[in-house]
Amino acid sequence: MSFEELRDFIVDAFGAEVVVAEKTDNLQSYLVLQTERLSEVCLALHDHELTYFDFLSCVTGIDNGPEAGTMEVAYNLYSIPYDHHLMLKVQVPRNNTQDQPIPQVPTVSHIWRTADWHEREVFDMVGIYFKDHPDMRRILCAADWEGHPLRRDYELQEYYHGIKVPFDQHNELNGFKGEPQQLVGQPTPFSDKREKPE
Amino acid sequence: MSSTLYKNYLLQSEPNKFSLDNLKDGEMIVNMGPQHPSTHGVLRLEVVTDGEIVTDVAPHIGYLHRCFEKHAEHMAYNQTIPYVDRMDYLAAMNSEHVWCMGVEKLLGITDQIPKRVEYIRVLVAELNRIASHFVAIGTYGIDIGAFTPFLWMLRDREHIQRLLEWVSGARMLYNYIWVGGLYYDLPIGFEKRCQEFIDYLQPKLDEIDTVLLENKIFIDRTANVGILPMDVAINYGCSGPMLRGSGLKYDLRRVDGYSVYPELEFEVPTGTGLVGSVGDCWDRNYVRALECRESVKIIQQCLDRLQGDHKRTPDFDPQAGCPKKLRTTGTQELYFRAETPRGELGYFFRTTDRSDMPFRCKGRSPCFSNLSVLHEIAKGCMVADLIAIVGSVDIVLGELDR
Repeated sequence: MSFEELRDFIVDAFGAEVVVAEKTDNLQSYLVLQTERLSEVCLALHDHELTYFDFLSCVTGIDNGPEAGTMEVAYNLYSIPYDHHLMLKVQVPRNNTQDQPIPQVPTVSHIWRTADWHEREVFDMVGIYFKDHPDMRRILCAADWEGHPLRRDYELQEYYHGIKVPFDQHNELNGFKGEPQQLVGQPTPFSDKREKPE
Repeated sequence: MSSTLYKNYLLQSEPNKFSLDNLKDGEMIVNMGPQHPSTHGVLRLEVVTDGEIVTDVAPHIGYLHRCFEKHAEHMAYNQTIPYVDRMDYLAAMNSEHVWCMGVEKLLGITDQIPKRVEYIRVLVAELNRIASHFVAIGTYGIDIGAFTPFLWMLRDREHIQRLLEWVSGARMLYNYIWVGGLYYDLPIGFEKRCQEFIDYLQPKLDEIDTVLLENKIFIDRTANVGILPMDVAINYGCSGPMLRGSGLKYDLRRVDGYSVYPELEFEVPTGTGLVGSVGDCWDRNYVRALECRESVKIIQQCLDRLQGDHKRTPDFDPQAGCPKKLRTTGTQELYFRAETPRGELGYFFRTTDRSDMPFRCKGRSPCFSNLSVLHEIAKGCMVADLIAIVGSVDIVLGELDR
């Protein structure tokens, strides 16, 4: 099925309001779905004989930054028997209120069991909580690590179990007299700044 | 256990999933790893055992987490290639190939890659695939007590490493495949030496079958152990030899047909349950051994074409197609996937307007999904079989933790 047919399939089954937005002028077209109805749409896509998306390739959490105020989760589905792809997305506000400190997205780990670990990784790296997930723990970082490293406003903790975490002062502390190295934000060799200095 | 031990930092940073209170009568928690040779790196397994029977297992990963995704957000696409090498350090050429194809698709220059470059890429990637499978099968032999095949396979892998060192200057982490081209053309005389190696390798592959795969002890240890049904494998996102071992003919080189793979002839081997059941540990290793033979076929065809239609010419510059500016236009999203020795390696790119760095880059590691099925297939097996199962998954912790 093509992307348009898949979109029509979802709209026919769940109504037009379930598709919040769609983007087709992309390298891969995608649909943005209503966050609350994500899991029922996914269940239908997985089970229906015409779509049969049996393989969840990738789950990606994206933080758009405090200015945009949103976070996204992208799901890359693939159907092995029909050989068709679909990228789905949900967009949630980046709320940091007292009663809901991190954004929430319904889980799809009961549909594709592979989402179990992928969602744990998204939770660990970006800080999106997956509702009804059976085992929402950190997976890559240590359990008592502070913050979610792939957030735009992430700041390293000063000490972790008595070990100094930020590495910026390493050269000065160790008596290195050369030029301080700064990795972040350095102009890359092919950027304009390097070729045409102001 | 005394309360002071519970307060130590290790239990704070990686607490157990299972608690002592919920154990049934006769059960105990056994910790395996993270420092243990049979876990192929720093993998910690928390095993609930009832005597010799494993009743549950929870893998703890992340000990080799090196922030690949964070680094990739602060680097231009071409600067990330060495980082990609270090993800799957046993098959660095394959990882580079996937990354470069993904970035070329972002930049829209997929069609402009010269055929000779494509054939050299496939040639080195398949050489690396053989090397990676040799480590997988060899260390698997060690896991369950066969030492000789490991030494034999590392001996043959050494030839591949020397060939690739001749090509790129490095033995394991190459940075050879560049976005839009290659670092260098093949060195003069490489085709001949590679041909000699292929002729040398084929009898050695038969040797592996004889000494390891058809060995009675090996079959007894691996047949009917860790059976992974096909539907479970798909649901858990397994790919590569894990999925093919379960009987599904699914290889992205054929399914997606990227690079020059549609022009090459090779079979996709699957597990058939020759000595046990479909999808057991023996099948997974048998698929790897058969894939080595298919890779030899591919290398042979690449060599023929590199000496025939796409012959070396004095004015051929493999760096000519490398774009000087890796600027992408507009906000684009792309998930690009391809087949590495361990399965489907994918990269999710999110670009921002006029930048040579990705806004977000996610690496979808095949080992990550392959290992997540462990608790499903290890339930009810013996503790010794757990080692056999973990080995047959063929994990590389560098890629699993990124």
